[in-house]
Amino acid sequence: MTIKTILAGATLALGLATGVAAQDTTTVGFVYVGPVGDGGWTYEHDKGRLAVEEHFGDAVDTVFVESVPEGPDAERVMTQMALNGADLIFTTSFGYMDQTVAVAEKFPDVKFEHATGYKRADNVSTYSARFYEGRAVQGHIAGEMTESNIIGYIASFPIPEVIRGINSAYIHAKEVNPDVEFKIVWAYTWFDPAKEAEAASVLIEQGADVILQHTDSTAPQAAAQSAGNVVTFGQASDMAEFGPFPRVSSIIDNWAPYYIARTQAVIDGTWESTDTWDGIAPGMVEIGEITEAVPAEVKASAEAMIEAMRSGEYNPFTGPLNKQDGSAWLAEGEVADDGTLAGMDFYVEGLAGEIPQ
Amino acid sequence: MIALEKRPQPSRGWTYATPILAVILTMICGGLLFAALGKNPFETIRTIFLDPLFSEFAFYYRPQLLIKGAPLVLIAIGLSFGFRAGIWNIGAEGQYIVGAICGAAVGLAFYPTESIFIFPLMVLAGAIGGFVWAMIPGVLRVKFGTNEILVSLMLVYVAEQLLASMALGALRNPEGMGFPGSRNLAQYDAASSWIDQSIGMHWGVVSAFIAVIFAYVALSRHIFGFHVRLAGQSPRAARFAGVNPGALILICMGLSGALAGLAGLFEVAGPAGQISIDFNIGYGFTAIIVAFLGRLHPIGILLAGGLMALTYIGGEIAQSNLGLPLAAIQMMQGMLLFFLLAVDVLTNYRVRFGQGKPA
Repeated sequence: MTIKTILAGATLALGLATGVAAQDTTTVGFVYVGPVGDGGWTYEHDKGRLAVEEHFGDAVDTVFVESVPEGPDAERVMTQMALNGADLIFTTSFGYMDQTVAVAEKFPDVKFEHATGYKRADNVSTYSARFYEGRAVQGHIAGEMTESNIIGYIASFPIPEVIRGINSAYIHAKEVNPDVEFKIVWAYTWFDPAKEAEAASVLIEQGADVILQHTDSTAPQAAAQSAGNVVTFGQASDMAEFGPFPRVSSIIDNWAPYYIARTQAVIDGTWESTDTWDGIAPGMVEIGEITEAVPAEVKASAEAMIEAMRSGEYNPFTGPLNKQDGSAWLAEGEVADDGTLAGMDFYVEGLAGEIPQ
Repeated sequence: MIALEKRPQPSRGWTYATPILAVILTMICGGLLFAALGKNPFETIRTIFLDPLFSEFAFYYRPQLLIKGAPLVLIAIGLSFGFRAGIWNIGAEGQYIVGAICGAAVGLAFYPTESIFIFPLMVLAGAIGGFVWAMIPGVLRVKFGTNEILVSLMLVYVAEQLLASMALGALRNPEGMGFPGSRNLAQYDAASSWIDQSIGMHWGVVSAFIAVIFAYVALSRHIFGFHVRLAGQSPRAARFAGVNPGALILICMGLSGALAGLAGLFEVAGPAGQISIDFNIGYGFTAIIVAFLGRLHPIGILLAGGLMALTYIGGEIAQSNLGLPLAAIQMMQGMLLFFLLAVDVLTNYRVRFGQGKPA
C-alpha cells in the first residue's frame, strides 16, 4: 500500500515540477516484447512509433524499451517510463496485462494502452486487430497451393487470439480443399528464431508444404527457403525479403494510424478508455502483396475475399459451422459475435488434436 | 617484450583487485561502444551505474535492486559450493522452475484459506522441489558416472515444458477466462512472499542475506567448507582426508538445487505473482556469471549480484531515456565477464616487461 502513496506523491511532485514543460511536448512510451529488429510483431509496433514521431515532429517525444520479459520486469519498465514523465504508454504484448493494470492504478494521470488484452480501467484502453480476417485469406491461398494437403501451423500460446487464427485459416483452407489437414506445433514463444526454425523443420519433415505461423521471426521463412518447395506467409510484418517465394503473401499489422490518433487524443485532452478491435476495413490489418508464385485465379479469388471483408459483406466466421466435437456452433448464415470470438477456446470441426490444457 | 611468469601462489592482492579492474575496463570499453553508437559515453555510464542509486527516482529503483538481485545471489551462493568442488550444476534454471511450481502448487491447494502455516509449507515445498530436480543429475553422476553438466542443462528444457503444462493445466486460474497462468499468489495474503513491497522486501531478499552469512561461515569455519575447497584444489588429497566424493557431489548438487528452488518459490509468490508459461527469465543462468564474478566467495557474490542487478535496471533506464539498444547493454554485460576472466591472468601470473632472464 505504501508504494502507492509514495508513487502517487512522486507523480504529483513531478506533475508540479514539469507542469510547464509537459504542455510543450507529449511523451509517448512503448514497451516491446521482442527486439525492434524482429522483422515481425515488434518491428511493426516500432514502425508505428516512428510514424508518431514523424507525424508530430517536435511536439511529441517517444521512448521505448525492447525485449521486456512479461513479468516483474515489465512492471518496472512501465513504472520507470511513467516516473520519467510519459503521458501515454503502449504496452504491446498480451502478457503485460496485469502489469499494465497495476502500474496504471499507481499513475492515474498517465494513459495506458494495452494491446490484445481484455482488462480495462479509466486510464487503460485495450486495442487489437482482427488478424483472423487476414488468416482467412492465408487459409484460402494455403488450401489452394498445398499439394501434400498437409499445412503446418506454428502456434505460439493457446490463447483465444491464436486459436481464432487457426480456426479461420482452417475454415478457409477446407473450403477450397476438403482433403486438407492441419498439423499444429505449439512453440510457447512469440519470438525465438531457434525454436521457430526447429518447429518449421519438424513440420516440413512431416510432409507440410505450406507453413503458417503465429510467431514473429523470419526463421520459418528461412527454413522454408532452404527446403525449397514450401510456401510461407509474412507474419505481423510483410517479410517481403523472402518473396516472391517462399513468402507468397503476408498479414501486416498497421498500428500507425491508431497510434497517431491516440496520441492526438492525449494532446487534445479527449482521450478516453476504449476497446478497439479493427480489421481490414479501417486498415489496421493489411494483406501484403500476393506474389506471382500464386496462380492468377487463386490470387483473384483471394483479392475478392479481401474486398468482401473490406466492404463488410463477408465475415470469416459465417455459419454453418460446428465445433470440433461435432456440436453446432453457428447456423447457416449466422455470424460469430465478438464475445465468443474474444474468448474462443475451441477448435472448429475437422481440426485434429487438442488445444493444450 | 612482455613475458608472463607463473606465480608460485595466486596473488592475494590481485584476487581482490581484478573484479574492480574488470568493472573499470568494462566502463571504458562500454563507453567507447556507446560513443561509437553516437551517445555521450559519460552520460550513458552514469545512467547505467549511478542513476538507479542516486537519481531523482532512486527511491523507486533501490528497492528494485533488491528484488532483481535476491534470486541471483540466492542461486549463485548455492552454485558456488559445487563450483569450488569441481561439480558443475548448470541447470539451476530448471531447479528454480521446479521449486516455483512445487511451492506455488502448495499455496494454490490451500486457496483461499488463511493460515500462517501455508507460507512455511510453500517454502519447504519449493526447496524440496529444487532439491529433487538437482538430485537427478546428482544421483546419475554418482551411480552411473554421467556428466552432470549435460544432464542438469537438459533438465532445464524438461522443466520448461513442465512449467508450460502447469500454467495451461493443473495450476491454471479457474477464473482466468481460459487464459494460461495461475492465480496471483502475491494477492493471496497467506501465500505472498512480500514483507513490504515499498522497500522491495520479500522473504527471498531475507533468505539471500541469510544464505550469504551461512555460506561465509561454512566456507571459512566449518569442516564442510574445508572439504569442498580441498576437493576442488586436489581431489586426491581430499580422498586421503576422508572426503567421500559421491556424498560431496550429492550434497553440493542438493544444496544448489534447494537454494535455486527457494529462489523460484520466493519469486513466484512475490514479484512474479503467478506461474505463467514464461515465468523463468534466465536467473539460473545469470547466477553462474554472478558466482564467478563474485569469485565464488559469499561476500563477492553479494556484491556481484548487486552489480548485475544494477546493470539490468540501469540498462532499462538507458534504453528508455537515452534510446540505447538492448543489444548494446547486453554486450556491456558480456564484457564484464570477459574482462573478469581476462584479468584473472594477473592473479596467477606476474607480468614482466623488457628482456626477461633466460629460463
